[in-house]
Amino acid sequence: MSQIENPETKSKKKKNRKSGKKPHKMTSLHNSEAALLRLKKRRAKEGRFILWGRLAIGFAVASLMWLLFSLVGTGYTAFTQHFITLDVKLEASILDPTDIRDPEKLRAANYRRLIQTSMQAQIEGVTDRKEKRALFNLVSASGATNYVRQKVYKNPNLVGQTLTVTVPTSDEVDQLLKGYIDRETPEARRKVSNQQIEWIDELVDRGVIKPKFNTIFFTGTDSRDPELAGIASAVVGSLMLLSVAFILAFPIGVGAAIYLDEFAPKNKWTDLIEININNLAAVPSIVFGLLGLAVFLNFFGMPRSAPLVGGMVLALRAFPTITIATRAALRSVSPSITNGALSVGASHVQAVFHHKLPLAAPGILTGTIIGMAQVLGETAPLLMIGMVAFVTEIPTSVMEPASALPVQIFLWSDSAERAWSERTSAAIIILLLVLITMNGFAIWLRNKLEKRR
Amino acid sequence: MSDKKAEPYIKFRCKDVRVHYGQNEALHGIDIEIPDNGVTAFIGPSGCGKSTFLRVFNRMNDTIEGARVSGSILMDGEDIYDKNLDPVLLRARVGMVFQKPNPFPKSIYDNVAYGPKIHGLTTSKAEMDHLVEKSLKRAGLWAEVKDRLKSPGTGLSGGQQQRLVIARAIAVSPEVILMDEPASALDPIATAKLEALIDELKERYCIVIVTHSMAQAARISDKTAFFHMGDLVEFGPTEMIFTNPGNSRTQDYITGRTG
Ligand SMILES: Nc1ncnc2c1ncn2[C@@H]1O[C@H](COP(=O)(O)OP(=O)(O)OP(=O)(O)O)[C@@H](O)[C@H]1O
Ligand SMILES: [Mg+2]
Repeated sequence: MSQIENPETKSKKKKNRKSGKKPHKMTSLHNSEAALLRLKKRRAKEGRFILWGRLAIGFAVASLMWLLFSLVGTGYTAFTQHFITLDVKLEASILDPTDIRDPEKLRAANYRRLIQTSMQAQIEGVTDRKEKRALFNLVSASGATNYVRQKVYKNPNLVGQTLTVTVPTSDEVDQLLKGYIDRETPEARRKVSNQQIEWIDELVDRGVIKPKFNTIFFTGTDSRDPELAGIASAVVGSLMLLSVAFILAFPIGVGAAIYLDEFAPKNKWTDLIEININNLAAVPSIVFGLLGLAVFLNFFGMPRSAPLVGGMVLALRAFPTITIATRAALRSVSPSITNGALSVGASHVQAVFHHKLPLAAPGILTGTIIGMAQVLGETAPLLMIGMVAFVTEIPTSVMEPASALPVQIFLWSDSAERAWSERTSAAIIILLLVLITMNGFAIWLRNKLEKRR
Repeated sequence: MSDKKAEPYIKFRCKDVRVHYGQNEALHGIDIEIPDNGVTAFIGPSGCGKSTFLRVFNRMNDTIEGARVSGSILMDGEDIYDKNLDPVLLRARVGMVFQKPNPFPKSIYDNVAYGPKIHGLTTSKAEMDHLVEKSLKRAGLWAEVKDRLKSPGTGLSGGQQQRLVIARAIAVSPEVILMDEPASALDPIATAKLEALIDELKERYCIVIVTHSMAQAARISDKTAFFHMGDLVEFGPTEMIFTNPGNSRTQDYITGRTG
């Protein structure tokens, strides 16, 4: 049928388009001139709307791209860092003049001298005190001394031997070599002196200073020195926050949703509760922080900066999201399934748990993951409960002071130095990657579970 | 039907049954006696309350927000709206088949096994296998699905799904099966199969069926009740309703003058 009709309709269209005004055969209601004009208007409206939509999408994509490019542009260099390889003579006369090899004494020894000496071994003819200082400043002071100190503390027998170490250079060297410190700037306004630049270039030529993948950024904790700073403590803190928030918010959120939707009597009270849960989702998160400060810290006297408290506060943030998503998911399950279960004599609870919940699971999981992503990105409430601490150790329990990835970003973004802004961007990249992974996982899970239906 | 000497056993005795949805009264006092073993058809124009009345018998109206049932409904002389009677047990005795086939999104086997499992009707896997097979056989589906019991019930054709739902209902050994327009989503061949099945099942079960097809009611039912705007207008042997209706509204409806 359609094959026969097609050529005719096509030719009709063509004719109309060509002659425009001349409707073929006879003038009827739907191919009069006025009708064609109306049609043109309708088409134009449609065209405008589509254009509008494309502009909106284009704008959104462009902003996203701009954000990503600026982040990656400033952040990617943080994933490599320059390291210097030194031969450190662990002279007994400096480390252990009394020769008793007491680890505690060894720890307190003057490692700075050792590093200085080994630096001077690299560059000959540095005698002036000021020059010596300038030379020493090429290496990460606390990075190098602490590294050697730890080695000796762990193995006192090393004293007297020569240790080859690869330690980070100071952040100025790193920035200079990455091209962020302009060599053309007058020396007085430059953080690296001409002399130092000479030394650095020589050391690079000799292969003493080399760029390497920046593992410190992933294994290190917060530090005062950018070259030693890493996100490990913040990541662990964030994981703890997520776990606490999930353990609290998931059962409460899903339970509240099931009860409200399935079992609660419909009256003014449940309406009120429902409105409040919806409002809770819209409450600015800093308010939760204030609540946590007032209730958990001041009233219950729980420890400051602890992921337990942070997780409890963020559970409040995530639970309305989970509840709302769960209720939407429950409602999207066709009542015919529940009716089927009820009609063979399942109780209401059985119908819900055997049939409705499994079908709602994809929606519930998606909502939960989105709620958890919110938790992961939340900063303000954590500031209120003191999770802005300077944490130089990886926390081992939820009661210990900890930081969180977004808070770490907030803290680092405060420092003006280039080395910090590079790490801030890198940390944001990591956070975004985790968030994208979580959301991607949510979508994947939903598609997978939905296919199983 | 023809021998009027043996009084048929009455399964349900309803007196002055009214159903309200909020303020709105959907059924205005229905008195009816539904016989056991046989097919009773409910006919009537859309919105007259057939489905509502059908749901009275397994208390599915309880699950509808704002629905209230009053009057007395006795099943085997026992008030099914008694406070002490658990609707869960009632629904095991009174099964239901819906307009749209609604198998669970599980395997064919699990669909049938679900009812017996929650009621604890079997004690072993072998017993369950046997029960599933028996139910599927009674529903006339066994031959078609015996090789794919593990495949999803939702993958069957509409007619097969409807018979699966019947097997699911049969598996808990009900006494009554309620059917709300069970053939309305089926093609003529599937409908014919379903009707043949109903004809077989009526030996064993009391069947109450809502249908929009006059022909179907005439073919399969023993008694027919005609509803109109929340009232039971006429109730009697199907032959009589279709050949010699006592009420002009019934006459108009079955001859297609209203609807
Ligand atoms: N869940 C409900 N809430 C409120 N009113 C309802 C509900 N279900 C049915 N009604 C009303 O009760 C009356 C009877 O409806 P019912 O579904 O029983 O009619 P029906 O005879 O089955 O119609 P149909 O042939 O179209 O299925 C109608 O007026 C309808 O609007
Ligand atoms: Mg109906």
